[in-house]
Amino acid sequence: MARRNDGSPNTPDRVGTDGHAEVERFHDPGLPPHRPRLADKDPRAAKRAEKQVAILFLISIVGTILFFVGYFAIEIDEPGSSDLRLQNLLLGLGTAFAMFGIGIGIVHWAKTLMPDHEVVESRKPVTKESERAEAEQILGDIIEETGIKRRPLIRNTMLVAMILAPFPAIAIFRDLGPLPGDVLRHTMWDEGVRLTLDPTGTPIRASDVTIGSAVHVIPEGLNEAEHKLEEKAKAVVLLMRLNPEDLSPSEGREDWGYEGIVAYSKICTHVGCPVALYEQQTHHLLCPCHQSTFDLTQECKVIFGPAVRPLPQLPITVDAEGYLVAQSDFTEPVGPSFWERG
Amino acid sequence: MKALSQRRRHPLTAVALLLMGLLLTGGLYAVASGANEAKAQTSTFSAEDIAEGEKLFIANCATCHGMEAGGTETGPSLVGVGAAAVHFQVGTGRMPLQMQGPQAMEKPAQFNEEETRQMAAYVASLGPGPAIPSEEALDTSDADVAHGGELFRVNCAMCHNAAAAGGALTQGKFAPALSGVSDAHAYEAMVTGPQNMPVFNDATLPPEGKQDILAFLNYIDDNKSPGGAALGSLGPVSEGLFLWIAGLGVIIAFTIWLTSRSS
Repeated sequence: MARRNDGSPNTPDRVGTDGHAEVERFHDPGLPPHRPRLADKDPRAAKRAEKQVAILFLISIVGTILFFVGYFAIEIDEPGSSDLRLQNLLLGLGTAFAMFGIGIGIVHWAKTLMPDHEVVESRKPVTKESERAEAEQILGDIIEETGIKRRPLIRNTMLVAMILAPFPAIAIFRDLGPLPGDVLRHTMWDEGVRLTLDPTGTPIRASDVTIGSAVHVIPEGLNEAEHKLEEKAKAVVLLMRLNPEDLSPSEGREDWGYEGIVAYSKICTHVGCPVALYEQQTHHLLCPCHQSTFDLTQECKVIFGPAVRPLPQLPITVDAEGYLVAQSDFTEPVGPSFWERG
Repeated sequence: MKALSQRRRHPLTAVALLLMGLLLTGGLYAVASGANEAKAQTSTFSAEDIAEGEKLFIANCATCHGMEAGGTETGPSLVGVGAAAVHFQVGTGRMPLQMQGPQAMEKPAQFNEEETRQMAAYVASLGPGPAIPSEEALDTSDADVAHGGELFRVNCAMCHNAAAAGGALTQGKFAPALSGVSDAHAYEAMVTGPQNMPVFNDATLPPEGKQDILAFLNYIDDNKSPGGAALGSLGPVSEGLFLWIAGLGVIIAFTIWLTSRSS
């Protein structure tokens, strides 16, 4: 078996040592030669730099004055007037120049006028063993003088106090709860709840929805609900009417629409943006956030983009007075996936 | 009153009462269900307009839409689209179509207002549809701008952008910016739903709501962004691009200046 070269420097048959027999020593190059600045050599340049710094500080002063001129001198009579634009401009520019002038001025001052000599600070010698023992002695003295070993009452009460003190912080975490339970699985929709217009809450008749329409819908009573925004975030629905022959409902869902009127959750199943960009010729619904595209003619199947589940359909029908009502709540949780969704 | 009560046993009383009841119910029904059909008026156009419009139609539109506007493979039927659709499509230059593509593009109008109205008259005579909005329908003098803004954000902003700056749709289609669109054309777009835009009929978006929306559009056209440069109101795309290039550029320039030696 051939001898293997383990690569250690002592291996006698190493190759490539030619010309490397003498390792070049690393020489400390030292500091580059000091180059005096223009202001160091020429008093006129120093004077000029001084003026420049002063001008920069003056710019800052003018900026602050500009801010207060904008704040006090401009009175806004009516909201949306062009004075508001001018005021915002002055407030912004004033603050920017006030900060900018000071910052640039200080840096320019330091770079041109303050001394720029290089300083060498030598490394401190390694601490001696005796000094370390001295430090230990000081610590020992402190512990001895507090008397913590001799007074167990103080020691024990202090320990208990220190253990208990973090508990209020843990108690505060309770306020993050309680766990949502099943609120993510249910919305305000229920059997017989009327579909109403967003934002007015006017009930919608089936005859009001003409072919090609898209209507933004909230459940009846949402505007009076206790947690209106929370409920709206789950319950918003987009109502559309197509030619009934364009729809191809799957088995068990044939009666979820009414004469071509279908209602789908507006909450994207990807991360919950409102999917409401409805193209009435292609029957595609587009989510503006990540371009997930849902095909209305295939029960809102995902045909493009990162969403993985179709939009949930709200089963609807009409009541005796001709108004559109929900048959039930959504049959699956609306919106994006969550941990316990299953 | 006494004369009326004396005749209450007249043999024709029942018939008269029945007639009155029927008229009342029918009248009420016509008022209640009239929201969607009220726009189907063709009477404002004269027979001469219709005849002239037909000539223009045959010369300019029939290639794609067919001789009787019944539609061909390259163009949809125009029966029942109404005068408003013609006034919008021809008035904004979208029709006649320059070329087939993802959607018809706005361009300088090819016909003057009178010719457009004549073609609208011809198409409206083919079947009832939304009419060109009247002066009163476009009167925004007592409209509620704030309510218009709310309606715009609920119904329009998802495609047209909250500042009406327009936005992208799928496969080359887009919702156009609404700045500079005339009130009549914006109104007609809402009632007819041109191309991929959904229809916002008078039942689901009442005429007063449409006026509020027009008032809101005019308001944001007249009052620019209070924060200064809006960068096209395109949100994170233009704002992010500006910050990445201008903001980071300034930071890098200052870093170089900070660390350079003074001469």
